[in-house]
Amino acid sequence: MKYFVLLANDGEMTPWTEMTPEEQEASMAKHGAFDEACAARPGVEIVGGEALGDGSMATTLRTRGGEMTVTDGPFAEAAEQIGGYYVIDAPDLDTVIDLCRVLPAYDIDIRPVIDMS
Amino acid sequence: MTSTSDRSSTCPEQLIEQLYRAEWGRLSALLVARTRRLDLAEEALGEAFARAAARWPAQGIPANPAAWLYTAAHRYVVGRLRAEAIAGRKAPLLAAGARWSPPDGPAEALTEELPDDRLHLILLCCHPALPSESRSALALRLVIGTPTEQIARLFLVPTPTMAARLTRAKRKIVLAGIPIDSPIGDELRARLDEVCRTIYLAFTAGYTPGTGADLVRTDLAGDAVRLAALVHHLVPEAPQVRAMLTLLVLQHSRRDARQHDGHLVTLAEQDRALWHEDEIRAGLALVAGLAPGEGYAEELRLQALIAAEHARAATAQATDWSAIADHYAVLEAHTGSPVVRLNRAVAVAEVDGPLAALDVLAGLDAALPHSHRLAAVRADLAARAGDIELARTSYRAAIEHCTNDVERAHLTDRLAALA
Repeated sequence: MKYFVLLANDGEMTPWTEMTPEEQEASMAKHGAFDEACAARPGVEIVGGEALGDGSMATTLRTRGGEMTVTDGPFAEAAEQIGGYYVIDAPDLDTVIDLCRVLPAYDIDIRPVIDMS
Repeated sequence: MTSTSDRSSTCPEQLIEQLYRAEWGRLSALLVARTRRLDLAEEALGEAFARAAARWPAQGIPANPAAWLYTAAHRYVVGRLRAEAIAGRKAPLLAAGARWSPPDGPAEALTEELPDDRLHLILLCCHPALPSESRSALALRLVIGTPTEQIARLFLVPTPTMAARLTRAKRKIVLAGIPIDSPIGDELRARLDEVCRTIYLAFTAGYTPGTGADLVRTDLAGDAVRLAALVHHLVPEAPQVRAMLTLLVLQHSRRDARQHDGHLVTLAEQDRALWHEDEIRAGLALVAGLAPGEGYAEELRLQALIAAEHARAATAQATDWSAIADHYAVLEAHTGSPVVRLNRAVAVAEVDGPLAALDVLAGLDAALPHSHRLAAVRADLAARAGDIELARTSYRAAIEHCTNDVERAHLTDRLAALA
């Protein structure tokens, strides 16, 4: 199964831009450890993943009555905190939960990717 | 398993009822593990029991009734899968179909004891990714076989609401990829706290006052006790499970004394002759095996010790309130819970009087701002201390905050009874 793992700079997590260089380094090291943990786990593969610009860089598109408007984003207050994502192929949810333990202390949403084929 | 010896003397109807109680969980766990169709498992099992009821009286009881039921249920699932394939539909959302494979060999070969996958099923039902109000319902449905309309009755919601809740939970399990059969390691054992909380929620739901004949639903609280006994049987070494079972057995032993003529009867006023003595003995034997621990296990152990003090008292007057107040003090230090402090106040009232108990309540309002119980306890204590004015304002506050019709009526009576 494919999982979309959404990382939010919420809770105990400091936003990237407010971290000291040491904290940034420690954070990167944890992402490195996550890569290694995924590579070492049978049946697990990181399919994709990026760090994202914060909410102040978001542009929101909304279509109402067939009319699309463009505004300053993000579209929901909670989305303000989103810092990045992974797409992971894994056998089941418990595997993903377990692997996420090595990531920095983000608030994380895990969603299954729905096969539309 | 039902032994062969007592089968000869049993009529088919009785045997089917026994098998439903004894084997539902094992058969359901096995069907889920082997077919991976959560949606079809309970339907298939229901069908298998219906077929047994139709056939056994005429054709006789099969040599291995549990295996017969499994085979019938399994065939039902296979038939449904075939029908789906013929209809050319893509496997519906509920199917974990990608990993399903036909059973190896004929199901008739299942003459030996069926393997026990019930712990997997219980951990699945209590997975932390499921909404907590669904976990209890799912565990009762899949592991105990409690019918959906009965679970709805337990939680005081309409049957379609409960059916939808169960369906959503099963969908989430399949769509989110919650594993059905992870190896039981330390991580899964760590989830036993969650299992205990799930069972406790189902148990207490049975004693949440409902209306009319459903004032309390002790039969369904009994299903929660059976679930606790099953988990204890599967993991006898788990301290939180043992403590949970002890607590439930002791509390449940008082079920027949808890209502009279459509009214709730308080512990002090209960007719103790109605308490189930054999269950109290079993509960007290379990208490003796509880060792001090930590975390949720310790919380449950202390609650079990308190329940044991009540169970030991031959009369309300004989209750060792001092021991109970001490247990509550330890429990309060352990949990920091304002609800525990509220309960401690009730015990302190019996030892040191209502004024001392009112002191224990001081400062709780901030922690329990909308609690009708805090106001109700304060009202009772004030009435006993002779402070009728405080009793009156507190009962009014309690009535205002109480969301349960039955309890509110009880509080209104108490207010009216004030001099």
